[in-house]
Amino acid sequence: MTADWPSQIFEKFKEQNVRQVSYVPDAGHTKLINAIIADPDIHAVSLTSEEEGIALATGAWLGGDKSVLLMQSSGVGNCVNMLSLIKSCKIPFLTLVTMRGEWGEFNPWQVPMGSTTQASFEMMGVHVMRIDQPEDVQDVLAAAMRMVFEGGTPVAVLLSQRLIGAKVFEGAK
Amino acid sequence: MAEQELDRLDVVAQLLKDRGDSLVVTGLGSSTYDVSAQGDNHRNFYLWGAMGGAAAIGLGLALAQPDTPVIVITGDGEMLMGTGSMATIAKQAPGNLKVIVLDNGHYGETGMQEAHTNSVTDLTTMAKGAGIEQSSTIVDQAGVDRLVDSIKRLENAPTFAVIKVSAKSYLRADTVAKTIKDGAYNRARVRVALGVGIE
Repeated sequence: MTADWPSQIFEKFKEQNVRQVSYVPDAGHTKLINAIIADPDIHAVSLTSEEEGIALATGAWLGGDKSVLLMQSSGVGNCVNMLSLIKSCKIPFLTLVTMRGEWGEFNPWQVPMGSTTQASFEMMGVHVMRIDQPEDVQDVLAAAMRMVFEGGTPVAVLLSQRLIGAKVFEGAK
Repeated sequence: MAEQELDRLDVVAQLLKDRGDSLVVTGLGSSTYDVSAQGDNHRNFYLWGAMGGAAAIGLGLALAQPDTPVIVITGDGEMLMGTGSMATIAKQAPGNLKVIVLDNGHYGETGMQEAHTNSVTDLTTMAKGAGIEQSSTIVDQAGVDRLVDSIKRLENAPTFAVIKVSAKSYLRADTVAKTIKDGAYNRARVRVALGVGIE
């Protein structure tokens, strides 16, 4: 382990030549979003709602760009109908989702969507992988990117609330 | 006095007549049929669902292909469902993106129910408020002529245009039947046309 996990994710994006990264901000994605905004070779696309990111990923791939969507688990429900693009058009789609509503969540309103995040993706045909420990970030992301960009399988990687850590939320309060 | 109302099929024919190598994304419903009726093209991407997504698809495509004009042709109902993407487009501001809304003030696909745009809602004002400065409403042939002249131009900022068209609806089972519905094939075909691989 040489770097923190957001930096490891960013390195993987660069290795794979990801050109568009869209996001609805989340405290857990702060460091990664800042790295993307600072990179002149990546379009950092701030969204007003997560479903725009599904449409953006479709357009990006039509035009030859690899892309990734960053969001929080509470945004997954916003994407359900738009995910028909991914299924109907077989778009190599990768999203990294920071989880809320599970490990030590203080806000009960996060729990309904957090507890149905995986099921929401699966019912729309998106394969779900999960990371609970920082030492697994590189391997899981490499596996996910291979499935997506070599195999064409849409994948959602859930970054567990335990991985992100309670500290982020203390700072973000 | 009142000029003759613009006809959607006629307007789309004019917009696409000299499209060159422009990429065209069509919004769910009548807009897909209007574009398809002009003849199929390997640089067309037809939506049959994903309502509200046409403009954001155009944005992703425009960012990926900055030297090619990307023309989104959609309806007022489809655009109303994706108004947040106006702000997202304004922030990225690709000068090769043209979002054109054929506004008939109604939901044509579902029985011509009245849309918000027929009375209280102005999509051009919304787009301007979102930050797309080059936003306008076109109500006559002179406005269509100006848009046709600029549609292939690569500019410094995106264009948003609402074209007020007649609420006349077309029965066009032939067009519906022959328009590509296989999204994976359509996606692969656009990629091949752009030379970025099949998958």
